[in-house]
Amino acid sequence: MSDVQIITGNQAAAMAARLCNVQVVAAYPITPQSQLAEILSQYVESGSLRAEYVRVESEHSAMTVCISASTVGARVFTATSANGLLYMHEQLHWAAGSRLPIVMCVVNRGVGAPWSIFNDQQDSLSQRDTGWIQIHCRDNQEIMDSVIQAYRIAEQVYAPVMVCYDGFVLSHTMMPVHIPGANLVRSFLPPYKPHTILSPENPKNINPVLLPNPRMSAEGILCDGYMEMRYKLQKAMEDSREVIIKTSREFADAFGRDNGGMLWEYRTDDAEVILSAMGSVAAEAMAAVDQLRAEGIGAGVVGIRVFRPFPKEDVARAFRKAKAIILFEKSISYGYEGGLSSELKAAFYRTDIHAPVHDYIVGLGGRDVKARELVEAAKSSVEAIRSGTPEKHTSWLNCITE
Amino acid sequence: MTLVQNFEIFAPKLIDRKEYFSPGHRACQGCGEVLALRIILKALGDDVVISNATGCMEIISTAYPQTAWEVPYIHVAFENAAAVGSGVEAALKALRRKGRIPDRYVKSVAIAGDGGTADIGLQALSGAMERGHDLMFVCLDNEAYMNTGIQRSSETPFMAATTTSPAGKEIKGQRTGKKNVPEIMVAHGVPYVATACPSYPIDLVNKVKKAKAVKGPSYLHVFSMCPTGWRCASEITIKLGKLVVETGVFPLYEVENGKYRLTMEMPKKLRPVEDYLKHQGRFRHLSADDIKLVQKKVDYEIKKLMDKVGGLKGWDEK
Repeated sequence: MSDVQIITGNQAAAMAARLCNVQVVAAYPITPQSQLAEILSQYVESGSLRAEYVRVESEHSAMTVCISASTVGARVFTATSANGLLYMHEQLHWAAGSRLPIVMCVVNRGVGAPWSIFNDQQDSLSQRDTGWIQIHCRDNQEIMDSVIQAYRIAEQVYAPVMVCYDGFVLSHTMMPVHIPGANLVRSFLPPYKPHTILSPENPKNINPVLLPNPRMSAEGILCDGYMEMRYKLQKAMEDSREVIIKTSREFADAFGRDNGGMLWEYRTDDAEVILSAMGSVAAEAMAAVDQLRAEGIGAGVVGIRVFRPFPKEDVARAFRKAKAIILFEKSISYGYEGGLSSELKAAFYRTDIHAPVHDYIVGLGGRDVKARELVEAAKSSVEAIRSGTPEKHTSWLNCITE
Repeated sequence: MTLVQNFEIFAPKLIDRKEYFSPGHRACQGCGEVLALRIILKALGDDVVISNATGCMEIISTAYPQTAWEVPYIHVAFENAAAVGSGVEAALKALRRKGRIPDRYVKSVAIAGDGGTADIGLQALSGAMERGHDLMFVCLDNEAYMNTGIQRSSETPFMAATTTSPAGKEIKGQRTGKKNVPEIMVAHGVPYVATACPSYPIDLVNKVKKAKAVKGPSYLHVFSMCPTGWRCASEITIKLGKLVVETGVFPLYEVENGKYRLTMEMPKKLRPVEDYLKHQGRFRHLSADDIKLVQKKVDYEIKKLMDKVGGLKGWDEK
């Protein structure tokens, strides 16, 4: 059973959380996430979602409540944006380090200062090294699908998952979305079986202080030091790639929609020019590619869906035939370049991919990104590469730089 | 002598024999805070989940893979013990409803030091109390950041020397007085607020039991003597805890639904504060005039408290 409704990205996320039967929700309102926090509280108040909703006094406490509730043994959900996400930063490390299957929607928004409520991806990209799996959605359907998949992934690998989608562009824009039936979701996502239930039946000491070296327990078992636990998180993140791909494939079998696993491709079969991006810009790039093809340029799109773990093997395969690679990024690593650009180039190391990579910073703080602009940028890059100047400094699209 | 002779008969009736906080932890000699913790856990019993802020008690008790805690315990950073306790309470409720855990009452108890309560932890504490969680919050107040090396907090008393409020020529130690967190809790409408001190163990036990029995938020502010941080002999811990009450520097009282009550009757004439101050190196630099100033501040605070004890009715009283 599946019905189609025309809904916003925030509505899709809230419906997905309800379909996943989350047991504890903790949230603090922030634009453009607030509608999501509102809908969930309506679900709880009306009884259509049997969950505890903790209306915390800050995002920091939102993540803390998720951490302790998840440790006790509940399936938990939260959502935030921008400065709210930054305020959580310490607790993001804590959630991942505690190996908790927390799922959070990040409704991407530019961070202050300068102050803005509008969209870019600086917030989630700044959380790269917190040990969270990061999924970036291209449309509202993918938000719905990714939240459902996120719980299955998180509860298998014991790592938290951020489901990121662009503020306003998706969060407040209505699109037709297939709403899966509750039974279908229930069979895809079995009830959460926590590895720990923190209750007096089995007293445990969670998050003790760790020392640099492994230490022997009273029972003579050598127990991890700090570094061993860090390694295990890294290993779990690396191994999560397979789980993400398998989950995406099984989701496709059950629901009839394939989100592509680590990345997705559009018209890349014979493409020489590959446009790449994350989130809604990648969707916009599909329109750009159609136009480029109409003008005789063999272009395609590789949409990076998962930013962490980084899809190293997948990009090496997806970009192998590229003669030119053009990136559109809604974030910047100050003093270097867009984050995706660095990651991709590193992934190409010792592969046969030697194509020039042109990095465009676009749409910061909500500046509109039009397919036509992507077309123009791609054409100028292709022209430069053809005329023998493949190297190009990071460009700021549609921005006064002089 | 009679009391000591009958100790084995009477003490177990007043305080649980079972230990919930094992010996062998790494607390300093003469630590009043860990004594308070031991008594508090005895009064709480089995059916609790403890959320503990970073601090002395966390660091001395949990060096992995060993632990002193015999009850379920979670530590999530420094500033958020009250939020951790909120999440524990919410999850226990949710799991109980779904039949995932036995259907019996388990109390969520958050424990933090004075920094984790009055400074960095105040926002999370305020939020949790305002939301009305079924959460008991215990502040173990040793009046400075002892875990990091005796830096001042907003609970450090007037003129006390710490490593960040040293006694110098210009300024003689801490410039401000103690932030009154019990009063802040009363202002939140918390139905049970109390102060306590492990030198009065039965009083402490009674207050813990009262705080635990509240089906909602409750707050306990426990004076926790710290020989290391206060620069005093480790064998006078209990004596200091008595002197702080007898001088009126830290009066023991409780506030039930807005009604103030002294739990240790004050003598008509309190002992001079000097009796309490003179044992501690942190007050060593105080001159006779300085001590007069401290006395004045203590008298002022006592008067404010006595006005409430005598004048304020409970919220539900006619």
